Amino acid sequence: MSNEIEAIQDPGLPAHVHRKADTDPAAANRAERQVAILFGISALGTVLLIVSYIFIPDDLFIFIPVMGNQNAHQLGLGLGMAISLFFIGMGAIHWAKTLMPDTEVVAQRHELRSPDSDRKDFVDAVKSGAGAAGLGRRSLIKRSLGAALGLSALSPLLLLRDLGPLPGKELEKTSWKSGTYLVTDPGNRRIKDSDLEVGAVAQVLPEIADPEHRKLSDIAKDAVLLIRLRPQEFNLEADKLAMTHDGIIAFSKICSHMGCAVALYEQQTKHLLCPCHQSTFDVTRGAKVIFGPSARPLPQLDITIDDEGYLVARQPFSEPVGPSFWERNSQ
Amino acid sequence: MTVEARLGTVANYVDERTGGAAWMKKNLQKVFPDHWSFLLGEVALYSFVILLLSGTFLTFWFDPSQREVIYEGSYEPLEGIKMSAAYASALHISFEVRGGLLMRQIHHWAALIFMAAIVAHMMRVFFTGAFRKPREGNWILGIGLLTLGIVEGFLGYSLPDDLLSGTGVRIAEAIIQALPVVGSYFAYFAFGGAFPGEAFIPRIYTVHVLLLPGAFLALITAHLMLVWYQKHTQYPGPGRTEKNVVGYPLMPTYMAKAGGFFFIVFGVTAFLAAVASINPIWLYGPYTPGQISAGSQPDWYMGWLDGLVRMAPPIETQAFGHTISWNILVPGLIIPGILFTGMALYPFIESWITGDKREHHLLDRPRNAPNRTALGAMSLTFVMVTLINGGNDIIATHFDLSINQIMWGTRFGVFLLPPLAFVITKRLCLSLQRADRDLVLHGRETGTLLRLPHGEFVEVHEPISPEKAYFLTSHEQAPALELPAVDGHGVKRAHALRNKLRARMSVANAEAIPKVSLNELKEIEHH
Repeated sequence: MSNEIEAIQDPGLPAHVHRKADTDPAAANRAERQVAILFGISALGTVLLIVSYIFIPDDLFIFIPVMGNQNAHQLGLGLGMAISLFFIGMGAIHWAKTLMPDTEVVAQRHELRSPDSDRKDFVDAVKSGAGAAGLGRRSLIKRSLGAALGLSALSPLLLLRDLGPLPGKELEKTSWKSGTYLVTDPGNRRIKDSDLEVGAVAQVLPEIADPEHRKLSDIAKDAVLLIRLRPQEFNLEADKLAMTHDGIIAFSKICSHMGCAVALYEQQTKHLLCPCHQSTFDVTRGAKVIFGPSARPLPQLDITIDDEGYLVARQPFSEPVGPSFWERNSQ
Repeated sequence: MTVEARLGTVANYVDERTGGAAWMKKNLQKVFPDHWSFLLGEVALYSFVILLLSGTFLTFWFDPSQREVIYEGSYEPLEGIKMSAAYASALHISFEVRGGLLMRQIHHWAALIFMAAIVAHMMRVFFTGAFRKPREGNWILGIGLLTLGIVEGFLGYSLPDDLLSGTGVRIAEAIIQALPVVGSYFAYFAFGGAFPGEAFIPRIYTVHVLLLPGAFLALITAHLMLVWYQKHTQYPGPGRTEKNVVGYPLMPTYMAKAGGFFFIVFGVTAFLAAVASINPIWLYGPYTPGQISAGSQPDWYMGWLDGLVRMAPPIETQAFGHTISWNILVPGLIIPGILFTGMALYPFIESWITGDKREHHLLDRPRNAPNRTALGAMSLTFVMVTLINGGNDIIATHFDLSINQIMWGTRFGVFLLPPLAFVITKRLCLSLQRADRDLVLHGRETGTLLRLPHGEFVEVHEPISPEKAYFLTSHEQAPALELPAVDGHGVKRAHALRNKLRARMSVANAEAIPKVSLNELKEIEHH
């Protein structure tokens, strides 16, 4: 295969060098004592663990430089356990390295493939077995078996059907309806437009009859962010501008990329940033994506005020909120 | 009776009931080669045992339920807050169960070490060519274990249902939901309805503590049985050949070393858990979809995936009333799929390029397989670039950079840096081969300067030992495959394009600095 006619010869395994403990009984005894000391340190570790468990109260905090405030109980348990385990290992390895045989042993390796006669018999046995079953000739059996096996795999899949309901149109709907009041989260109070100063941000949810039992799966679609700018700061098309109220604009807080809460608002630049993947949305331009992986702006909620000045939704979201899915129709 | 005599009685007892004497004798004397890099796989194995032990402890108190409860435990900042029973029980383990926090931290640290050890072990196997025939199957088992580890780790840190882990689950849901045609159905099936629902944590709990550990045990058993049966590979050196194994017998030396090493790994993990806080879930609060904490980061082995998702360009296709999110599918599923398939197939690709179908038990020094080493460096560079982008927000705040610059840097870097790493690594390997050649021919530089009678200064070189000279020249340098377009009978070969590709890759693969032959050495000694 290669041009190794004149390769440098293998000088063979180097001569074994004896350790001190192999020749000097005093060194061997010393090594034995060292191993015993290591095992002894391990035992002390267990004692530390027991002492910590019994005598250190589990609400005692101590200050340790670099680490800061530490729970002394947990620290004592952990260090005790670490010492007891680590030094068993150290002892065993020191024992192996100083006192157990260290002469290198050479074992022969045999090629994994069997002798040719065995291989031939094996291949023949496989062939004759397959032949006796008629795998080659009886193609009808082969095909119908294949089909039956394939079909039988459907039954467990079918039985998994009840893992969950069908999505239907649920992903496209939120609890926001025309006339739903915006309420603070947390707090669950209706908001007047005058509650929000220019530059302020608030998380709101739709008002529901039983706010104590609001479902997380509803919040996952309903969460909305209110931001108030000066009306002249907007750079919006007329229909989007009509959805704001006196500088207050409302966006779905659920990221149009992967559904994280878009919670970081930079007041200076008026950008919204999603902490998960850094999609960045420009509030003044209707949450247009200006950076990052998201492909769509955050859906905007059409808001207005009622007779008493409380903020309400004029209509539901006009498009599904949150991450994309196959059935989502953006047209 | 002495200890030896008593153990002898036990051996006798066992054989009379099993007839296993011949098998046991052979295997107790089995030889294991020694090298620090062979410990990496052991670290993974021992971490797995630690995970089983500490995980079992946690199950005694953990309540895998998304039922809503009001927190009444001893951690005051969360007093009276609504949360899932899963999160409340994870807090209970952290604050009221004595040693509970320690065990949680041991479990989490062991998981991180487990994944790191698997990756390091894989790098060792890859760079030394240990995956070659007859070990291709075991390489694939290893890829299976790596994949399981990523999934198992993700499910594990999702269980406490805190704000950080819930955000991770939300992202997983978005990936499922992005699947064409079936996405929203699969998402509703996985979560038992709309996200987050109340079904997901109990379900992944079963998968995390039963299904995947069972799969792990099966794969690890097969992995180790193959290592045992095929015998361990060894590094080249004097006296070591393809036909032997040089090392220490299982009993007692290897047993004591490996057994002792288990305790060391456990001890180090316990030490980390004692002094280094990890995943302080009480700081994050319970999960609610409307909130998030800045700097949300997955565990390190998910970071490269997160980085890929972050750098994806904002592309979605909308047509015929349907949406395909390429910005999720490509980084989240397609690229990882290609990477893992490529890794699994690599042993077969390499043997196709080299045409080498022989067994290999002597490991390669990475420099002597420049193409493979360069490919490995290229893959690692790819993962590092994506990992950096996965932490772009943290890097930006710590080093006062802008996220946008890091993102754009890595968007280009992910295409430019891996090929650059390939070229540089290959050149480095060839230079190292050249250095080896010099060393064998001219000996070691002693640092002693000699002034010759006519005033010239030269450095005294000392010949290296025959052992070293053999070590540096014992590797094989196979020539490139010859695949002429027309075969010996004057017939044109089929698959012309494939053969051309194979021939070109084979030429690139065979590039090497010729190693020193005995003739050359003798010639130079005469001078």
